[in-house]
Amino acid sequence: MPELGRAALVVTLGLALYALVAGAWAASKRRRRLAQSAQNALLAAFATSLIAGAVLAVALVRRDYSFVYVWQFTSTELPMRYTISSFWGGQAGSLLFWLVLLCGYSAAAILLNRRSSRDLLAWTVPVLAAVAVFFSLLLVAVASPFVTQVAPLDGRGLNPSLQNPYMLVHPIFLYLGYVGLTVPFAFAMGALLSRRTDERWIVVTRRATLFAWTALGLGQLLGAKWAYEEVGWGGFYAWDPVENAALMPWLAATAYLHSVMVQEKRGMLRVWNVLLVTLAFALSIFGTFLTRSGILSSIHSFTQSSIGAWFLGFLALIVAGSLVLIFSRLSLLRARTRLESLVSREATFLYNNLLLVALCLTVLWGVVYPILSEAARGEGANLGAGYYNFFLRAFGLPLLLLMGIGPLVAWRRASLRSLGTTFLWPLGVGTVVGVVLLAFGAGSSIPGLVAYTFSAFVLTSIVLEFARGTRARKALGDPTRAHALARLIGRNRRRYGGYLVHASIVMLAIGIAGSSAYDSVGEGRVARGDTISVSGYRLQYRALEERVGPNATELRAVFGVERDGDELGTVAAGKNAYTTERQVSNEVGLRHDYLTAEDLFVIAEQINPDGSVYVRIFVKPLVNLLWLSGALFLLGALVALWPDAREQRRLAVRYASAGVPSRS
Amino acid sequence: MALLLGALLAAACVFAVALPYLREPEPHDDTLGAPGELERRQLELSEVRDRALAALKELELDHRTGKISDEDYRSLVGPLRREAGQALQALEPRTETPARVRANRSG
Repeated sequence: MPELGRAALVVTLGLALYALVAGAWAASKRRRRLAQSAQNALLAAFATSLIAGAVLAVALVRRDYSFVYVWQFTSTELPMRYTISSFWGGQAGSLLFWLVLLCGYSAAAILLNRRSSRDLLAWTVPVLAAVAVFFSLLLVAVASPFVTQVAPLDGRGLNPSLQNPYMLVHPIFLYLGYVGLTVPFAFAMGALLSRRTDERWIVVTRRATLFAWTALGLGQLLGAKWAYEEVGWGGFYAWDPVENAALMPWLAATAYLHSVMVQEKRGMLRVWNVLLVTLAFALSIFGTFLTRSGILSSIHSFTQSSIGAWFLGFLALIVAGSLVLIFSRLSLLRARTRLESLVSREATFLYNNLLLVALCLTVLWGVVYPILSEAARGEGANLGAGYYNFFLRAFGLPLLLLMGIGPLVAWRRASLRSLGTTFLWPLGVGTVVGVVLLAFGAGSSIPGLVAYTFSAFVLTSIVLEFARGTRARKALGDPTRAHALARLIGRNRRRYGGYLVHASIVMLAIGIAGSSAYDSVGEGRVARGDTISVSGYRLQYRALEERVGPNATELRAVFGVERDGDELGTVAAGKNAYTTERQVSNEVGLRHDYLTAEDLFVIAEQINPDGSVYVRIFVKPLVNLLWLSGALFLLGALVALWPDAREQRRLAVRYASAGVPSRS
Repeated sequence: MALLLGALLAAACVFAVALPYLREPEPHDDTLGAPGELERRQLELSEVRDRALAALKELELDHRTGKISDEDYRSLVGPLRREAGQALQALEPRTETPARVRANRSG
């Protein structure tokens, strides 16, 4: 059925092109039926892109090697789950995945806002369609997943590092995030093009932005877990360009999620918000370009191709077009209020934004520096981990502190007296924790000690927010504390959901500080029966085992683990030799201690013919808090995302009284 | 077979795109509705009103939870009430107008 796939892509391109041209014409000439027709075209494009996606999925499941893409990324021995995940394992498939998600988001945006924001949607549709045109054009003309050949007997298989359970979900979340950032961008541009710069574009895209941001955050965390377990160098984040590519739009979107509150509450930062939305979207395209072009050497970049020029051209178009539009509408975006005090909630949001954007641009500079260096001097020069770590501490630690300060400061202005009352407990707890940790030897890493002290400060401020809010609600007549807490969160979902997300970031910071600043490492060559000790653990090399898996021969060095004389079982590390792919992968041995959140991490660097093993062992305190923070992050995001009926009613009244049909 | 399916797909898409014209071949009004100047002003005032009312609500909660001292509360609540009052006052005489304008247009 490759013809059907090709036809579906060509029809998708035609529909997107029609939605772009007809939509823009309809919006500028105010033609109602033509605008509806353009919307229908984008809805139909979702259906046709789904058909194209279904054709590729069926070809993968049937292992139809007459499809070059299927032959390139699967094999007869490849387990079915990885056969399905190879949909996004290669370039053409991942671009198709982008297109399907984009058309899905576009369809949802149209269906949800068809009635409420007709004038805004009229200009949003051509922007969404322009992005769809770009991706469908790539799929039709440059990187089609439906190129065919005479079917070989077997496929070439999938890159072994992609044969990991986390690769089943990590790319899905990442792409949901990348692509989702198109929606706020399209509505922001739609608002500027239609000169409707009221708050509707923000209200309309609030959930879509939060959803995309959540997905991007979870995608990165799942990616970090994949790197930790699969790549096997002992860490979870290596400031790799492709990792950074996902971090940058997330940082820009984080800044936006905070600054948009300042616009909603105070009518300020209107230009800044549009710029942030544009930056986040441009960085998501840049991220896709980095992953797909192969321009930079990366463990995550699985392709080398000429597609980069297309992406760069599109990126230039987005940045130039958006900036021209924003500057041409500056008069409409002028703020109606001013910052009253440098000690206020909005001021802390402003500081938070400056730090987030500074961190984002610093990371961007680190990513583009090798490209610029290559272009200017003919030789690539990488900025190492030292560069990133320096700026992570310089901007990240103050950001951590601001997470605790922000909620304690009132909107508009705060007096010293109020600050004294609200800061008393968090400051006290933070100081005590810092002194106690110092006494226990945590001063061996100053950044780690500062991170823990700030974390204690932030967590206390969050707990106080919940406690004081619950007490206030109880004083208003709520029967029990649990009831009061539920009502408090239910009536202020974004605020308290946000606090839960803050708590998850603190948990993440504690995990990062613990596992990187206070980890221990040991290494050496061991023969059978030998022991090696690291940070209280004693490992004895017991056996070398070989077994045949579904598509690889698995070699494992088995170690008995003891701590303080207690037998803790065994841990096995080794290598997988993939027969079809003719590649060898490192398979690390892990022992989690759920009580202390610590990991024992074993890498069999080299397995010698005489059976001896060169082994490297890490003890990583608190590393499991990183993964646990993901659950809390998701919970907080869900609380913030959950529809608020009271707010819906308030918006309905607002739009009805202004003569705009209600439905947000 | 695949080509036939492709052709059917294209035909279905053309139908979907043409649907607004098939439904209303000769519409009474083909103008894309958009808020007029009056409606836009109304929307702007509604945003100011909602912002002021939300700020008042937040101020009350912050005061009750002890985040804001009595002194700060007294200095902030006055201007906020005035702001909300002015927005409500500005909205008052026009509340029905956009709906009425719309009704007059369609009638």
